[in-house]
Amino acid sequence: MKTDGYNAGEHYDEMISEDGKIRDHYDEFYSHLKKTSSRKMNHLQHSANQTQRSMGMTFNVYHDNQGMEKILHLDIIPRIIPNSEWQKLEAGLKQRTQALNMFLQDIYNERKILNDGIVPSELILKSKDYLEPCIGLTPPKGIWCHITGTDLVKAKDGEYYILEDNLRCPSGVSYMLESREIIKRVYPDIFNQKGVMPVSNYPTKLLKMLQNLSDKPKPVVGVLTPGIYNSAYYEHSYLALQMGVELVNGEDLIVENKRVYMQTTKGLQQIDVLYRRIDDTFLDPETFNPKSMLGVPGLFEAYKAGNIALANAPGTGVADDKAVYAYVPKIIKYYLDEEPILNNVPTYLCREKEDRQYVLDNIEDLVVKETNAAGGYGMLIGPKATPEEHTKFRELVKSNPTNYIAQPTLSLSTVPTLTDEGISGRHVDLRPYILYGQEIEVIPGALTRVALKKGSLVVNSSQGGGSKDTWVLY
Amino acid sequence: MLSRVANSIYWLGRYLERAENYARFIDVNFNLMQDLPIDLKEQWHPLIAATGDLDLYEKKCKGYERNEVLFFLGFDAENPNSMLSTIKNARENARIIRENLNKETWEKANELYYMMQDGLEKKVWKKEDPRPFFEKVKNQILLIYGIADSSVARVEGWYFRQLGQYLERADKTSRILDVKYHILLPSDQQVGTPLDFLHWMALLKSVTAFNTYRRLYGNIESANVVEFLVLNKYFPRSIYYCIKEAEKCLHNISGNLGGGYMNSSEKAIGELRSKLEFAEVGEIIGFGLHEYLDNLQLKINAISNNVDANFFRIRDNHTHQNQTQTQS
Repeated sequence: MKTDGYNAGEHYDEMISEDGKIRDHYDEFYSHLKKTSSRKMNHLQHSANQTQRSMGMTFNVYHDNQGMEKILHLDIIPRIIPNSEWQKLEAGLKQRTQALNMFLQDIYNERKILNDGIVPSELILKSKDYLEPCIGLTPPKGIWCHITGTDLVKAKDGEYYILEDNLRCPSGVSYMLESREIIKRVYPDIFNQKGVMPVSNYPTKLLKMLQNLSDKPKPVVGVLTPGIYNSAYYEHSYLALQMGVELVNGEDLIVENKRVYMQTTKGLQQIDVLYRRIDDTFLDPETFNPKSMLGVPGLFEAYKAGNIALANAPGTGVADDKAVYAYVPKIIKYYLDEEPILNNVPTYLCREKEDRQYVLDNIEDLVVKETNAAGGYGMLIGPKATPEEHTKFRELVKSNPTNYIAQPTLSLSTVPTLTDEGISGRHVDLRPYILYGQEIEVIPGALTRVALKKGSLVVNSSQGGGSKDTWVLY
Repeated sequence: MLSRVANSIYWLGRYLERAENYARFIDVNFNLMQDLPIDLKEQWHPLIAATGDLDLYEKKCKGYERNEVLFFLGFDAENPNSMLSTIKNARENARIIRENLNKETWEKANELYYMMQDGLEKKVWKKEDPRPFFEKVKNQILLIYGIADSSVARVEGWYFRQLGQYLERADKTSRILDVKYHILLPSDQQVGTPLDFLHWMALLKSVTAFNTYRRLYGNIESANVVEFLVLNKYFPRSIYYCIKEAEKCLHNISGNLGGGYMNSSEKAIGELRSKLEFAEVGEIIGFGLHEYLDNLQLKINAISNNVDANFFRIRDNHTHQNQTQTQS
């Protein structure tokens, strides 16, 4: 494959440095790439696509009239992370998860951090994601965020920055697992030479973590899905299959005497732990959204009575709000008395007068985000937007300041990617997965999302992003 | 096993079997056409009649031109029983319960779906000889059975799929036999002529029964063919055999080892099985083959309804129980 023209450009490239040297951890892979014909690479890419199709690795796109199911493109060139870098990431993510968990326990109970004025009370108590029914509750084993999928990017300085703490049932882990299986078949030799840390035991760890939430010796575990039309249905069924547990819909469950039962061909069977992939407010029409058809009436009462464990615990959403994000360094310091290991992106809160003025004055250079939107929607990338869009967002910010934050545009790192014009750098982000069971564990791998369009910074699968296998080296 | 999952597995079994049978129907009718005298060619009407979708067909199409019939049976999304529809439904059911299937089974079912989409795009029904396509589809389905046979544990889910498959097959065998009723011979005198013989032979071939039949009976005679396909104790596509196997599935599901019945499905199927077990072909023909088969199809439907009530509608039963409890 021709690699001569490949260069870092104006960004931080993860394979090649600014002065054109191949970084150590890409050494073997680069040599392999050089000696593999582009015909062969394209062929390998094609067969990876075929495998994905027959596996049915699909996600559903909302608001899309053409065919419901789509395949998330998997680029066969891996993203490689050296062990030293990973160790720092791991320590930083553990620290952050622990602090956020303590924060959640605190704000639903004693509210010390609010009373001490570290985080503004009204930011939390008035948030629509602060769930009143959860006040005074301590979930089983005191764990709120069992599964976290934090989004990070690597900036021009080569440092990682946290973009978002996804504390409400983050998706994508099945792509991490299935992509690895496909990519192993693409480069059987390199895997042996290079020493790539395995991710395949994730389902085992997930199951153990879920079982840990019940005191029964053999708890019955299930994955609760909204059903086949949900965008991540593939993942729900995949995880249930891999863990060997039931995949249930709301309609399969029934609550009696504050206990949750599945309807089976042999009658009712009690269930003890639910890995629920339904949003908080859809869980139980009696406690939350009365219109929810997905949930289970009475589920929350059973949860309060301690007869069912839910992962993640209801109510975590308040802590991954984009405005709360700005306070996470202070939250870490407050509970752990430690300096944050991982960087936050400097964040301007439009709710604060000074910050707001700065945002209005500099909107051309900033990324403006809605505080509780996901999937890359409701977002303005200042430098790429038109003057009309700038004006529109200025108005939006002015009319509803609490709903917006802004951040400087980060120059996302690039990773070599197979494109129509050969190997070329494309921007990526990183989503590692963290499990909080008996202890906190970061899985040595991640979902790397890649913006397939040249120069694009939007990596979301719903907007033309693809994915890459992520290798953490031993 | 979750009721919803059992329901999906049951229908997965039925839909795959249905699609496979359609592939067979098409193949055999094609062969038959080639053997018929020129003035009798293109008899596609009986095939549509046998599927039970004659009304729908006649609403949509005029005449029985080959391409139209092939499209209707193979690729018409508006026909709920076309191969395209049943395979789509089979895959949809497999998708709903993917966590209960092994990886290979799901992947093959998924590929099967894309195979049909491919055929649709390439307009296979217009090809001069579309048979290789239908053969490929049939083989893909057989592959799914093969994988399941050697890798699925014989627990509840297995029996629900088998139950669906055997009930569907019993129904389809009765229908393929009924094709003979709908095929018009030029006149009554032609019963027993080479043309009549050709029809019976094609019919046997469509259920892969020709060689087995030959070995057992030698000459082709209508009463023997009927006896073979309805009452034979050992041939896996005979109606008796299918009902007997379906009954075993129900017993395995309920854990009934003592005979008799433990629920209304077992009662209904037990009655039908014993009726077939002791029936004689003379009675069937005396009763009228078409009427007899019609009656059989109704009974199979009734069994399916019982299965639905016994296993898939637990919630209804449960609310019902609750209501009676509060009343007393």
